[in-house]
Amino acid sequence: MPPVSSGLGAGMQALDELADDALLDRLQQAAFSYLSENTNPDNGLVADTSRTGSPCSIAVVGFALSCYPVAVERDWMSRREAAALTLRTLQFFSHSLQSEQPDATGFKGFYYHFLDMQSGRRVWQCELSLVDTALLMAGILTAGCYFDGAGDEESIRNLSEALYRRVDWHWARNGLETVSQGWKPEYGFLHYGWEGYNEATIVYILGVSSPTHPLPAASFGGWTLTYQWENLLGHDVLYSGPLFTHLFSHAWIDYRGIQDSFMREKGSDYFENTQSAIAIHREYGARNPRGYEGYDRDFWGITAGDGPGDREMRESRRDRRFFGYMSRGVPYGPDDGTIAPWAMLAALPFNAEAALRGTRRLLKSYPQVCPNGRFRSGFNATLKVQGRGWLSEGWFGLDQGLLVMMIENYRTGLIWQITRRCPVIRAGLIGAGFTGGWLSDPALACPRSPQLPSRTR
Amino acid sequence: MSQDDLLRRVRPPEWQNPRPRSPYDLVVVGGGPAGLGAARTARRQGLSVALIERWRLGGNSLNCGSIPSKAIIRAARVLSSLRDDEEYGASSFERPSTDFPAVMERVRRIRTRIAEYHAVERLQAQGIDVWFADARFVEGHVLVAGPTPLSFKKAIIATGARPRSSNIPGLDQVGYLTSDSIFDLAELPKRLGVIGGGPLGCELAQAFCRLGSRVTIVQNDAKFLPDEEREAAELLSMSMSRDGVDTRLNTTVVGARMEAGAKWLDTVNDGTKCSIPVDEILLSIGRVPNVEGLGLAAGGIDFEIGRGINVDDFLCTTNADVFAAGDVCSRRQFTNVAESSGRIAAQNAFGTRIERQHQAAIPWCTYCDPEIAHIGLHAREARERSIPVECYTVMMQDVDRAITDGQDYGFIKIYVRQATDQILGATIVATRASELINEMSVIMSAGIGMRRLATIVHTYPTQSDAIRLAAVAFVNSRSGEPATQRIV
Repeated sequence: MPPVSSGLGAGMQALDELADDALLDRLQQAAFSYLSENTNPDNGLVADTSRTGSPCSIAVVGFALSCYPVAVERDWMSRREAAALTLRTLQFFSHSLQSEQPDATGFKGFYYHFLDMQSGRRVWQCELSLVDTALLMAGILTAGCYFDGAGDEESIRNLSEALYRRVDWHWARNGLETVSQGWKPEYGFLHYGWEGYNEATIVYILGVSSPTHPLPAASFGGWTLTYQWENLLGHDVLYSGPLFTHLFSHAWIDYRGIQDSFMREKGSDYFENTQSAIAIHREYGARNPRGYEGYDRDFWGITAGDGPGDREMRESRRDRRFFGYMSRGVPYGPDDGTIAPWAMLAALPFNAEAALRGTRRLLKSYPQVCPNGRFRSGFNATLKVQGRGWLSEGWFGLDQGLLVMMIENYRTGLIWQITRRCPVIRAGLIGAGFTGGWLSDPALACPRSPQLPSRTR
Repeated sequence: MSQDDLLRRVRPPEWQNPRPRSPYDLVVVGGGPAGLGAARTARRQGLSVALIERWRLGGNSLNCGSIPSKAIIRAARVLSSLRDDEEYGASSFERPSTDFPAVMERVRRIRTRIAEYHAVERLQAQGIDVWFADARFVEGHVLVAGPTPLSFKKAIIATGARPRSSNIPGLDQVGYLTSDSIFDLAELPKRLGVIGGGPLGCELAQAFCRLGSRVTIVQNDAKFLPDEEREAAELLSMSMSRDGVDTRLNTTVVGARMEAGAKWLDTVNDGTKCSIPVDEILLSIGRVPNVEGLGLAAGGIDFEIGRGINVDDFLCTTNADVFAAGDVCSRRQFTNVAESSGRIAAQNAFGTRIERQHQAAIPWCTYCDPEIAHIGLHAREARERSIPVECYTVMMQDVDRAITDGQDYGFIKIYVRQATDQILGATIVATRASELINEMSVIMSAGIGMRRLATIVHTYPTQSDAIRLAAVAFVNSRSGEPATQRIV
């Protein structure tokens, strides 16, 4: 794959001076360029971060596979090129070692969270990750639905189905109603306790519709029992603290107007819920209870991401503590004044005005968070390093992949249009008890090539 | 006040057991909160009562539980607050070190003072026959107190619980403390390892850290306080970390050993091994009901080792004339739950007023900083019972008095049955959650709904005003108002 230029040569207009569409073009393309710069073209693996020696994150591969159709539609890649890279990626996952060996690539159809970029073997003694495998599978299924031609594209479809069918979701329950978060060959199933709403909806939706090793439909209901419907900072919401949990599954699934049993009971849907979560994040920014620099209604985006590390600072006669990479949340915390600069823009499909206002404000006040048009992972205006707010080093693949998809969903709805016709996702949603909205549209029930949107240039 | 004063009140050395009456209307086995509550309730009804205690009156709560732990926690809070003095305008000064013997002397003094309210002389004056002896049932309506047979019409077993032991290899050999022994420490341990993240483990881990120990707490679960809701437990985790407690969640202690003059705890976290050097170990992995040696089978009383005496919702055992109360039969092992169940058992035993144990909405609290208190149902419990539930939350960081007090970590969350204003329960995380939850207790007992609560005027500014603000959020939500109403 040839590197995609981020198109930000010397003398170009400052980002915050661009009109909305030009700004989105620039930021989306720059985000995509992360993938071209950090992918092993031989096996399709994508680095977790741009830092030297970073392994591959299988979740980032899932995002990347979903971004290639965007790149094709936007002429950043040829369709043939995209199909070839997608096929190599799927072939790697198909042929790589699946076993209980501690250095395998996966087991039971699932994959280890982090893999060596060259060999594709497990690194860091990491876990066989359910949610990251689900994000990978979402990308694999997206590719399988998008590439509807012959040759490589037919091979993509076949491999996509085979890889999905191989995943043993039933095993991942470990005999319980709901799924475990992961497994290690040295230890067995992990027991982190997955309580409350989070990004894992897609795990259940993909698991329920498996024709080979399905989760029982009751499994999703068992998980939703742990949900909490709260009135927080004046807004009703299905609570989850970190912003990304309200975005990840949504990158693939169009939740507008479709409801599961829980949302029917509350008279809402998951799309509206993300809108409420955004409102809470903005309100929290405005209240700024811990007095962090920068925070206001147009400076938000507290989520999982990079942070300044374990350090302390004396400020206003009190101690401030900071954290490294962790999941931050609103309003219960943890909050150390670190935001993810990309997060506001990733909320574009849900509240475009707020997303653009916040992003523009950020680019104007702190242009250093977006070097070459690509957002860094974490920024803390309170903690000064050499006189400026702390800024995360390099770039993170999850951030960039999510941005490409969410900007596209806002501009054309491309990913949602592809996945609405994906039989697996449709069956998973219905199996998990979702009804209404586009699920009631019989025209979407037959799998065929999506009517792709015309691009907004 | 000396140790002699304490013993004179709770276990006089020269004590002579009374001459037995035959039969007693009620024999109560165990002189802790549940037993004392039961005995006093029965005496107020004019019944003849014998109370048998094998160690000291007051039970764990007075001797090695609520009272000594709260006294230590108070000392720790005072010393910890000195750290923040600069923020409040104090000039810099040398931070005081901990005089641990003085802390423990204060604990003992407080314990002795409070023991007076449970003193044997007072019980005698109330007409209760106090026996210091082991008790054992020999048949359905007879037990022996030491060598003396006592017959009874009704009996209540309130023998409490003791710290759960562990089969961690090597732990017995290196030695460890429990809640029964930690309050006898003469020196502050430099390094303290706490095994178990339940209420007592968390309370003492934080308190000893604030007193100056380097504390590591190891919890074999994804969160502390597994019975509490996630946000409360996570706030506690953050608070303990802020204090400097080394928190190890999802971690199992697989062994203990002595090496180079230190005790080492060997741990495993998701397959990753680690060793922690400590000077003392506190084992706090729960409590097991005291059912052994009581002759329960001879009394026709069903029980399970490790789980306690089986009772129905009226606290009646499988012997229709024998009831049980407190930790020996309750999953919620709190002093107020025990005291309340003792009273209910005594009432139910004589039919003066039949009350179901679950009818009483009883609050409880874990006394960390911030404190975590709860009453009624959790949201999850409601959903498991197919009750649609919504929560109304006010963050303490948005409560004026909490802000002025510098006590703005925490929240008040009220659980409401959807489409009604009926309050199902509440969780409070706040510096004084133990006090605030009592307002919720009164509100729920009085059947006050959210609409009425929103109109009840509170003093301003107060932290308890957050309870009203949660009700205002309810009213605003139902009327489509966007934000919480504030006074100023």
